[in-house]
Amino acid sequence: MPKVTLNKKEVLKLVGKALPDDKLADRISMLGTDLEKITKEEIEVEIFPNRPDLLSEQGFARALSSFIGIKKGLATFPTKNSNEKNIVKNTAKEWPYVVTGIIKGLKLSDAKIKEIIQIQEKLGITYLRNRKKGGIGIYPLEKISFPIIFTAENPDTFKFRPLEYPSEITGRQILSKHPTGRKYASICQDWKRFPLFRDAKNKILSMPPIINAHELGKITEHTKDVFVEVTGTDLPTISRAFTMIMTALSEMGGQIYTMDVHYKDKTGKITTPDTKPKKMKIDRNHINKLIGLNLSETELKDCLERMGYGYKKGELSIPCYRGDILHPCDIAEDVAIAYGYDNLKPEIPNVSTLAYENSYERFKERIANLLIGFELVEVKSFHLTNKENQSTKMLTSIPLAELDSCMNTEFNILRAWMIPSVLETLERNKHHEYPQNLFDLGTIFKIDPSQETGILEQERVAILLCGAETNYTDARQILDGLFQALDLTYKVEPTTHPSFIPGRVGRVSAGKTKLAYIGELHPQVLSNFNIEFPTACFELNLSELWEVFSKTL
Amino acid sequence: MNAEDLGKTLHRLERAILPLIPKNPTAEELIIVSGLQEVEVIRALQWLSNKSLLTLTGSKTEQIVLANETAEQIVQNGLPERRLLNALSDQFQPVDTLIQRAKLSNQELNISIGMLKQKAAIEITKTDGLQIKLTDQGKKIKEKEWLEEVFLHSPFPKIESKLTPEEKFGYDLLKKRGLLKIETKKKINVKITPQGKKVAAGLTTTAYEEKLTPEMLKNRTWKGKEFRAFDVSINVPSRPRGKRHFVGGALRYVKQVWLDMGFEEMTGTMVQSSFWNFDALFTAQDHPVRDLQDTFYLKKPNRSKLPNDKLVQDVKTMHETGGKIPSTGWNYAWDPKDAKRTVLRTHTTALSAQTLAKLDIKDLPKKYFSLGKCFRNESLDWSHLFEFYQTDCIVIDENANLRHLLGYLKQFFIKMGFEKVRFRPAHFPYTEPSVEVDVYHPKHKTWIELGGAGVFRPEVVVPLLGKDIPVLAWGLGFPRIISDYYKLNDIRQLYRNDLQQVREMKEWML
Repeated sequence: MPKVTLNKKEVLKLVGKALPDDKLADRISMLGTDLEKITKEEIEVEIFPNRPDLLSEQGFARALSSFIGIKKGLATFPTKNSNEKNIVKNTAKEWPYVVTGIIKGLKLSDAKIKEIIQIQEKLGITYLRNRKKGGIGIYPLEKISFPIIFTAENPDTFKFRPLEYPSEITGRQILSKHPTGRKYASICQDWKRFPLFRDAKNKILSMPPIINAHELGKITEHTKDVFVEVTGTDLPTISRAFTMIMTALSEMGGQIYTMDVHYKDKTGKITTPDTKPKKMKIDRNHINKLIGLNLSETELKDCLERMGYGYKKGELSIPCYRGDILHPCDIAEDVAIAYGYDNLKPEIPNVSTLAYENSYERFKERIANLLIGFELVEVKSFHLTNKENQSTKMLTSIPLAELDSCMNTEFNILRAWMIPSVLETLERNKHHEYPQNLFDLGTIFKIDPSQETGILEQERVAILLCGAETNYTDARQILDGLFQALDLTYKVEPTTHPSFIPGRVGRVSAGKTKLAYIGELHPQVLSNFNIEFPTACFELNLSELWEVFSKTL
Repeated sequence: MNAEDLGKTLHRLERAILPLIPKNPTAEELIIVSGLQEVEVIRALQWLSNKSLLTLTGSKTEQIVLANETAEQIVQNGLPERRLLNALSDQFQPVDTLIQRAKLSNQELNISIGMLKQKAAIEITKTDGLQIKLTDQGKKIKEKEWLEEVFLHSPFPKIESKLTPEEKFGYDLLKKRGLLKIETKKKINVKITPQGKKVAAGLTTTAYEEKLTPEMLKNRTWKGKEFRAFDVSINVPSRPRGKRHFVGGALRYVKQVWLDMGFEEMTGTMVQSSFWNFDALFTAQDHPVRDLQDTFYLKKPNRSKLPNDKLVQDVKTMHETGGKIPSTGWNYAWDPKDAKRTVLRTHTTALSAQTLAKLDIKDLPKKYFSLGKCFRNESLDWSHLFEFYQTDCIVIDENANLRHLLGYLKQFFIKMGFEKVRFRPAHFPYTEPSVEVDVYHPKHKTWIELGGAGVFRPEVVVPLLGKDIPVLAWGLGFPRIISDYYKLNDIRQLYRNDLQQVREMKEWML
């Protein structure tokens, strides 16, 4: 979620009321933004991704002001027609949509320009998914000649000077030479033609969604009127992003002018931005039932107006900058926010349901409790590990499930058995008292194409006994005790396993079900984990054991 | 304790040593006088000192001593080269004869020949076997007593810092040959305290029994015997015991709380398809939480099977257009390929979605909980784990509302020991209204975020359950609560498996 830093004085001026810091902090939290901190000059908030309209000082102040009941009701944004045109032709199939408009009469300062860039950046990151769905451009109007053409061209032939770059380079070179180009190269590097804006004099404005041209695309504190565009993959998405940036600029004191965008395809001619509020029917009873309230028509209207809506007899007017309203339940949340989460009385309803603990979970719990009777200490290791521990050090080669793009390369494998994890624990505890008799009960992951995910998950309990005098008998005694507790018979047959000492390893089974290997670990395995005491162990398959055991119940 | 009672608690060894101390104020003397073993005396002194009946002061000295048996033999028989020299004359003699006369081993002979040759003390010929004779220089050397010999013949042990230059010379030569070594000797000085004197004076000759034996019980010979009193206030070494891991204590309690509140347990796998982890929860396929840097996807195997066609189709329609309910959906082309990507569940909410899909509306109302590990692709540090426990609940009830959700959560946290709970607006893709849950930490005086909650969006519920019924849902993480309870500053300690910590950790007693 994006963090934004807002000028406290500016926000409070726009809100229209001076609030002390504690009150301000409380109201900001209860409005539905995560407050990071309030300092003497600044407010730092984290904006939830459903409310990109709060990214600007204007948008934020607008919401806060109506929330505390000062400037309630629907905000309107009257527009004028600029009579200018934007022609869409021959666009890249990956990036076909554009909406444009003009703002006149801005008074920009350095701080204001920074804020515009912040809104543009954060909207690009959140709403436009790191520019993958769309990009926003703002240009000084006086340098541009209309009509504007949105098109796409061969990136190896067109050339221009990108923003803050010393010379003209080709579109493709921008992706490797310009820092912003490098950052967003992955979006368009494989495209045959790159999106491009040219003006009536054929000058390049920008190469969306990557970078503006230095000459035509740089706003300064002398800029008063701007040309704004959003391009991207999906018309509704870019239209909403466009409305958000246009309303924010309008609240900085600018006047919105619409433009006509001429598509050659079935989209035809559209006039943008569309700042008319959207209408939605809502049901007061449904909202009351969902929140657990009994709001009257007047109370509901007040709540809605404090969240910036217009409301009249079941019909709601949604301000144009709200891009997050998918369903009437979104309105219910806003009503609850306006009512105040802190005013909602928690209640446990008088509904009878029966508790039920999963019987397999309880079985595992009991097995673990039995083991502490043998003076074993339980350890808990991670499910994620590495191939070295699971396979190489154990002198085995088993198929392992692998993770993609792990932050930690030591943990890029899902464990297929437990014993190596406990050996890691023994290795880390060499300085502590012996014997170290441990158990770990957990899940293992086996590749199994018959499963929905291709992975079979089972629970196992690994018991490792490590000490100068430890041998096979010690492990076998515990196994005996466990089966005695379950009132099951089992047998151990000689077998071979590369991780164990030849002649000191057995296969444990109950009936036809194979349940465990038991034995003394091979000295080479112990050396691989730097363990200096003999270790006897077994790893019991609890999922299989439960199958066998539950039949006896 | 008075002196007399204290006297009764003394062990046999203590009783033997204590009266001897005033006249024999060092451990060495006590060993000789008492006739006890060195370990027995040291142990008795330590015990008496623990009882403040005497004070022990130690001093360390470094002494030069003979290194081994060879060295001891040399002190008796002389250095091998001296023995060879003594056996030689100014006539060539065969080696065999010399070995016999000087009682040398072959090795000693070789060393001796080497040393004497170096000093030009001997002459060797090989004309008729190996033969050796003394030179004039050799005669002169033979007459003197060498510095090494002087050193060996003077009394041991010696202190290195107190050697004269001549002694030092001899010492260096002998040390190089491995005949001498430095030994650190601890000297223990013992001083009896006034209390010790009193106790010593009050010691009776009664023979206290150390142990009640099976024989005494069988033969009833315990009658009329007195047993040595124990100092019952002393510390004893810890005794090994079996123990569950401390994290489990908290988890079992959480489970108990939900059971007490009438919830039913749901379980399921950690590896899931993206369909269950994201799509069924109305998380758009381009939502940032689905990025590689946040979520663990599997590389091998990497494709899951999707559930039945109808459900997949319903979820797809919901994402794309909102289906038959008054929703706009996310307005994009939903791709089954993305839904098939196999993932390590990022939340146990995936299980809630599966439970809803299996549920029969006729069985409502229902309440479920799950408790299990979740995974996030994060680097490990003091406050972040890539594996962590989460508990998820759903309440499915035609009449459920947001205030009920707050009621369950508040009750849960009261049972977890947090009196003050705060609810704030939040945003999650699959709930609306959404709630962020904070609890007030009375010691740290701060609010801690513990999880997210909300009412599942109709876009989630309708495809899974077939009808728009309120489903209250919450997912709470509690590594923070656990580490706090066990006073751990670093969350990684939860799974470090340091055995001392695991063995000594207090139990979860809530």
